[in-house]
Amino acid sequence: MSVAERESTMDGTSARSFRSAGTWLSGRMLQQNAVRSFCFLCAAFSILATAGIVVILLTESLPFFEHTNFFAFITGREWAVVGGRETFGVLPLLSGTLMITVGSGLVSIPLGLFVGIYLAEYAPGQARRILKPILELLAGVPSVVFGYFALSLVTPGLRGFSEFVGSWIPTASPFLPTFTPANAAAGAIVVGFMTLPLVASLCEDALSSVPRSLREAAYGLGCTKAEVISRIVIPSAFSGVIAAFILALSRAVGETMAVTIAAGATPRMPTGIGNEVMTMTAMIVNISKGDISRGDIRYQSIFSIGLTLFVVTFLMNIIAQRLVKKMGRTGS
Amino acid sequence: MNPALGEGGGMVEGPSFITPGARGRRRAFKSRLFGFVCNIAALTAVAILVVLIGKVVLDGIGRLSPGFLTSMPSQIFPERAGILSPMIGSLYVMLLTVVIVVPVGVAAAIYLEEFTPRKNAFVRFIQVNISNLAGVPSIVFGMLGLALFVSVIGLGKSLITGALTMSILVLPMVILVTQEALKAVPQSFREASLALGTTQWQTISRIVLPTALPGILTGIILSASRAIGETAPLIVVGAVGLVTFLPDGLDSRYTVLPLQILDWIGQPRQDFRDAAAAAILVLIAMLLLLNSTAIIIRARAQKKMAGL
Repeated sequence: MSVAERESTMDGTSARSFRSAGTWLSGRMLQQNAVRSFCFLCAAFSILATAGIVVILLTESLPFFEHTNFFAFITGREWAVVGGRETFGVLPLLSGTLMITVGSGLVSIPLGLFVGIYLAEYAPGQARRILKPILELLAGVPSVVFGYFALSLVTPGLRGFSEFVGSWIPTASPFLPTFTPANAAAGAIVVGFMTLPLVASLCEDALSSVPRSLREAAYGLGCTKAEVISRIVIPSAFSGVIAAFILALSRAVGETMAVTIAAGATPRMPTGIGNEVMTMTAMIVNISKGDISRGDIRYQSIFSIGLTLFVVTFLMNIIAQRLVKKMGRTGS
Repeated sequence: MNPALGEGGGMVEGPSFITPGARGRRRAFKSRLFGFVCNIAALTAVAILVVLIGKVVLDGIGRLSPGFLTSMPSQIFPERAGILSPMIGSLYVMLLTVVIVVPVGVAAAIYLEEFTPRKNAFVRFIQVNISNLAGVPSIVFGMLGLALFVSVIGLGKSLITGALTMSILVLPMVILVTQEALKAVPQSFREASLALGTTQWQTISRIVLPTALPGILTGIILSASRAIGETAPLIVVGAVGLVTFLPDGLDSRYTVLPLQILDWIGQPRQDFRDAAAAAILVLIAMLLLLNSTAIIIRARAQKKMAGL
């Protein structure tokens, strides 16, 4: 096909373009089909990415599970690589992650839910326009920055608070935790701050999707605003709200840099909120920082942790998606 | 202010209609308390950001100078240390990531929104897969990069490995945001164009994409800022803490700004902590620049769409 013909077909004005329109190989249809195929390949690539993750986590951790059997890995209470003695028990890391996740939930869930309620039910237009970008900004602050924040302000703050309480209520002082520079509480608090915007915006979405008529009916029966929200709106949006909580917790499980900096790097069974804990993600980072080669058992061990991490977060995300779908059905 | 009005809504409170007995007063009080708690929660969220940024500014502003931006980092001399190589590394990773991810992500979104009018099982599967991929912890993408790009393909612990890994990480985000932008283009635009006898691709390239461009750009900028802030996957694929040279090619070793910050936070001397705070300030300034560009683009597009 000559350039001139191509030009005229692109214009769509020549008679020839009408005659050739149906043929697959004709100018603009060829272009259309080439583009379509390229777009299809790109969409299919996303499946390849997921498949790649699953295949790699499985195949790379396989040699590891020949070294340490799966049961010993899951139930082992010690993770140590010291001078030839290698024990890989994931329980210290799993409980570290659990501690950070639960602790972050104690911060992000109540705070995020109330911010979500504020945005959906209370905030006047002006406040919304200010608060929404602020939450977006908070969500966009890099994880290392939260790590710095934990070390430089949250931990000193916790120490100060602990001393303050101890000085006022001396009988309580033996029970108060002492905080090491990196500690579980600081890690959990900053991860809670990080996931707060996620909880808030997902809760807002869920609450806003509750039909106005339900609220009006409740007001008509003489409910106060708090009663309408707590007995009508939240129960109607319940599955969406729970999905928001689960997604935030799943995010906390996968959170890496802030907990690596703030929570510690000693794999031990947790002893208290003031002491160091090491999460699964922190262990992956610590091992990766050392120069490790592919045949090394430590290289293989990070893939077994990665596999555990992937399975846990995947299950949480699936549950959350189910809940959102349920919400969509009952909401409409 | 009439106590019967809610905090900001102007919605009439129930009990005000009834003669306010003791029970009614208690309910009204509880309702106001609830509204108060919601307000406090919102203020707390704002306070967290203000305190966070305030602390970083206080610690870091003294260390910030033109020399800080143009010197190489150091683990020995805090007063002479700068962030030239990590900053350039971050910019390279960000630009390469955008260049790699945008064609793939936008094309995938076009396929899902424009070329498949009936959502068949395959398209639904891709869609579920993309939202799952978006929920995978970032460090797991690092492990994919480590096994695939570093070991199997043999790209080594290089700049291009980092950018490829980061591209897969932000791909779901680019696809999802682009899809939203395409969905926002009115169906009538497509119909009017197709009625003139264009092929579907002509309609997409000349009508749909230009209309959706602001939304797509916003998505690209947000994924760029994600690429700047992420650290964990880059550590796994071998970016190192201290690099005192500029990357000279795609196969060069490199470092990024968050990694330099991590390295300095780990140093025991206070001088290095201050340098870390100053580097955080630069990082946050870069993110603010990107974010405000996105907000401006979005606002202008909304104004334009409102005028239609």
